[in-house]
Amino acid sequence: MNLRRDPFQAIADPTRRAILLLLATSHTLTAGIIATNFNTARPTISKHLQILTECNLLSQIQTGREVHYTINAAKMKEVAEFLEPFRMLWENRFNKLEAVMKKHKTT
Amino acid sequence: MEQKTQVHAPEGKQEIFITRQFDLPVNLLFKAYADADLFAEWMSTQVVAWENKNLGYYRFETKDEAGNTLISANGTIHLTITNQKIIRTFQIENTLFEPQLEFLDFESLSPATSKLSIQIIFRSLALRDQLLKLPFTYGLNMALNRLQTILSKHKIL
Repeated sequence: MNLRRDPFQAIADPTRRAILLLLATSHTLTAGIIATNFNTARPTISKHLQILTECNLLSQIQTGREVHYTINAAKMKEVAEFLEPFRMLWENRFNKLEAVMKKHKTT
Repeated sequence: MEQKTQVHAPEGKQEIFITRQFDLPVNLLFKAYADADLFAEWMSTQVVAWENKNLGYYRFETKDEAGNTLISANGTIHLTITNQKIIRTFQIENTLFEPQLEFLDFESLSPATSKLSIQIIFRSLALRDQLLKLPFTYGLNMALNRLQTILSKHKIL
């Protein structure tokens, strides 16, 4: 496990959120099947799956030659109940406020 | 990146504290909250009612690209003191959320910097925790919409 990976950074990406959602409704899928759901190159999807696995949002299940991915529900719950998404929302809004008012000052 | 915005939600208390320092003089920070056009711009919303005065009110609607209303919210302004304070309520419409009470304190730190401290008080702890979860839920809804678009393009749905 790579502890440098931040789950909040992981869910900030819309494709990765879409992967989580896909797995939330399909339970377990192989990387190949996940990739067919997206307009993105297979290696890019593999990278997304790697990031999601490294931050513990996904678990890998080896069945024969195939690797299946499944959501780690406990970790998802921890992320969902944490303050970070709420803080990020306000951070982004306040960054915009600052930019808007700096522009306003000079006009 | 440095975290300029701090959120504090004390355990077991129906309150949220949000603080942020700005590279703006306090009068510009306050103006971002007092001027309807500027508020609409930084909140990426449309102001539909705005009486920024003591015992005043406000209402805004946020729409998606297709013009569907994503969120509408309103509140009454109890007190406003220029460059110092706004006390108001806030309620998201058409949801189970009840109005929340907000104290906004504006503080000058230097001629070029300022600080905003927001204290939000909810009717219950459960309502506070529900609001904290909103951005995540909203993010997943956005992902769901995107997923549906992708899947329907591939004729999977």
